[in-house]
Amino acid sequence: MKRLLKSRIFRKTAVFACWMLAWQAAAWAVGSDLLLPSPFVTARALVSLCGTGAFWLSCALTLLRVFTGFILGILAGSALGVLTAASPIAEELLSPIRSIVKAAPITSFIILVLLYLSSALTPMFIAFLMVMPIAWTNVAAGILSTDKQLLEMARVFGFSRAKTLKTVYAPSVLPHFVSACTAGLGFAWKSGVTAEVIAHPAFGMGKAIYESKLYLETPELFAWTAAVIIMSFALEKLITALLGRLAPWN
Amino acid sequence: MELKNVYFSYENEPVINGFSLKLEGGRRVAVMGGSGKGKTTLLRLMLGLIAPDSGEVIIDAGERPSVVFQEDRLLSWFTAERNVEEVRREGSPEARELLRDMELEEAANKLPKELSGGMQRRVAIARALAFRGDPLLLDEPFKGLDPDLRERVAGVILKRAGNASILLITHDEREAELLRCEELIRL
Repeated sequence: MKRLLKSRIFRKTAVFACWMLAWQAAAWAVGSDLLLPSPFVTARALVSLCGTGAFWLSCALTLLRVFTGFILGILAGSALGVLTAASPIAEELLSPIRSIVKAAPITSFIILVLLYLSSALTPMFIAFLMVMPIAWTNVAAGILSTDKQLLEMARVFGFSRAKTLKTVYAPSVLPHFVSACTAGLGFAWKSGVTAEVIAHPAFGMGKAIYESKLYLETPELFAWTAAVIIMSFALEKLITALLGRLAPWN
Repeated sequence: MELKNVYFSYENEPVINGFSLKLEGGRRVAVMGGSGKGKTTLLRLMLGLIAPDSGEVIIDAGERPSVVFQEDRLLSWFTAERNVEEVRREGSPEARELLRDMELEEAANKLPKELSGGMQRRVAIARALAFRGDPLLLDEPFKGLDPDLRERVAGVILKRAGNASILLITHDEREAELLRCEELIRL
């Protein structure tokens, strides 16, 4: 019994079951699926949605937009991180952009971007815009926090520039990069789906969430939200596992 | 390597005052002095990590010093063997062989964080020997080693350093004897 209680899977399952029970109890107390559908009703709605082609098409297109925005954001943010860490002038010049993107409300950006891009491209661009400063900040911090003593050691032992990059800088930056990826992925999902709610592309999970709310289909609204959470969680696990292979010492 | 009348100040506070030293032909010199007397500063000047305010640090063409820093400065993401291997130059003994000399053969595949302080110190010494630099600059190399081990490690340093000159920075005169230093300079 003690071993079972110590088991990580058991604890996680117990916590999940606990929250499901709390949700079920709240649904019973409210007594209306329109206001608060129970976990069972939500699961039934999700299963029903899974039987439609539109569901899978919406999931695939949202995934494509979010993932593309995420990858572009990570690439651009990392490049800017390297540039601003290497050059104080570049940091002075470019840091206002980072501050503005971080501080401005996401809805303002979505509405603004809709003036220039199609409703299908806007969610991707918004995901990119939200991820980019996270990668930028983390990669720059990783470079700047690289142990100066190790850099001196590399210099004294005659490491070439490429070797210093590979054996000192890259491993120092990698934990920061992994943090940027995990945090950025969450932001990419939230911002990408929010952009779909506002932009209304032909197909998309955000659009489906909005329409469920519009037609008072609360179980479907919950089912779509659950689908977003499941996909976000699965993608985060996949990316964390891939990055873990790059940094086995962590 | 030669230091000619070298001066160095830190925040307007003189640390090295007109220091001169010629380190060549397998000469072994120990530098002693209390904390803040500029021993490590001297080593940094010799490595070219800082420039003197005046005077000269002359390094002959092709001469590359090897060093055991005061801190181990190991790459925490690489195993002990890889740390040594990364700096090994052609003609140097294999990393495994040097680690065996340091009584660390079984720790070769371990990361620095899995090693004790004394073991990490010996990896740092093995790395300096793998580089085969001349002179060999040692900043408190026996820190964290018990007296018996100090003696054995000193024997390995003398054997592996070959004809390289040695500069030892230490607080302990016995360490200078272990490395058979011919001259003792007090700062």
